[in-house]
Amino acid sequence: MEHAVETTLTVNGVEVRRRIEPRQHLVDFLREELGLTGSHLGCEHGVCGACTVRVNGEIVRGCLMLAVQADGCKVDTIEGVSDSGEFAKLQQAFHQHNALQCGFCTPGMLMAARDLQLRNPRASREEIREHLSGNYCRCTGYQAIVDAIEEVLHGKG
Amino acid sequence: MKAAPFAYAKPRALDEALALAARPNAKVLAGGQSLIPSLNMRLSAPELLVDINGLAELKGITLEQGVVRIGALATHAEIERSGVITKHLPLIAAAVRHIAHPAIRNRGTIGGSLALADPAAEYPACVLAMEGVIFTRSSQGQREIKAADFFQGLFETALEPGELVTAVEITAQLKDERSAFLELARRQGDYATVGLAAFATNGTKRLAYFGAADRPVLAANAAKAKDLESAKAALAKDLQPPADLYHSSATKLHLARVLLERAWNTL
Repeated sequence: MEHAVETTLTVNGVEVRRRIEPRQHLVDFLREELGLTGSHLGCEHGVCGACTVRVNGEIVRGCLMLAVQADGCKVDTIEGVSDSGEFAKLQQAFHQHNALQCGFCTPGMLMAARDLQLRNPRASREEIREHLSGNYCRCTGYQAIVDAIEEVLHGKG
Repeated sequence: MKAAPFAYAKPRALDEALALAARPNAKVLAGGQSLIPSLNMRLSAPELLVDINGLAELKGITLEQGVVRIGALATHAEIERSGVITKHLPLIAAAVRHIAHPAIRNRGTIGGSLALADPAAEYPACVLAMEGVIFTRSSQGQREIKAADFFQGLFETALEPGELVTAVEITAQLKDERSAFLELARRQGDYATVGLAAFATNGTKRLAYFGAADRPVLAANAAKAKDLESAKAALAKDLQPPADLYHSSATKLHLARVLLERAWNTL
């Protein structure tokens, strides 16, 4: 650990202090050091969106941010927002619409969907697609995902 | 893949950052949205990363005496939400929505995009079209570099080793000036197949194409043409786009003409 940097961050409301190797990105830190395996590591170069987490209220690619850069930051993962109930409506809609099959992309999809809901709660179907454009799903063909988010935003059944 | 080991420093003062950035095998980390993928894929293996995100003087977007100054650390998301940009630089406001995806726009910066000089990037073409000036600092002092002199080739700029982009200044668009931004990509937010940042002032057009050469290029012949048909013909003299994985050179030239046609009546 020759380059390790003392880092303090708040993850899902809990303060965490660790010595972190600078080369470790945020998602590896969350998964391997903290055991929070809900954020998934897909492409590891910013294309797939499976690693999306929230840092200081903004969604980021967890693989494109070093864990040491999260010093002093507030990080939310799918575990935290599931436990708090913040994502409950979206999660229920995904379930009802069969908006996931293997589920690998789902935590990232939910992060992007919730971000849209907070920023643009009246988003059109086209805007939903645009906001999710950085999240790959290889199972569903996206239709059901967009349906689920549209239902939550517009109350359509 | 995982990045090779490196040391990390987050200086609080610009002078300290410049001294660190001047070290051999040091790299500057701004938003990291291009650098970190290249580290993860081991295309780049610096010994030291100098994280400049703590430097307040590189942040902010201001309007003074008709000139918009965008700090190097302004993120795409900040630019997207900036009232100053929306009102005074509609070309940049239109371009930013094409840059990657929301989660990437929250961290990527304009200074990083200019310094990297990806030939498919949006900002370099916009800055070239609007004759912006790039401000830099190094331990030797500061420089102001015109966009036309700044972009020198594939990922190549006028920046010397250890020199940082600190800001870019662009004159606010006036009421009688026009601009248009158009981009073709396979998916919203993907790298541009070809794109056009166009600006018209005093009867003069400046057509900056990106994704059409090793750097953003001005289509000077097309810009001088009197009508659309002769402009489209003249584009062959301005652009010899390299083929990519999906598009031949001829296809890219055709698409560049399509964008010119779409932009023409707004200029």
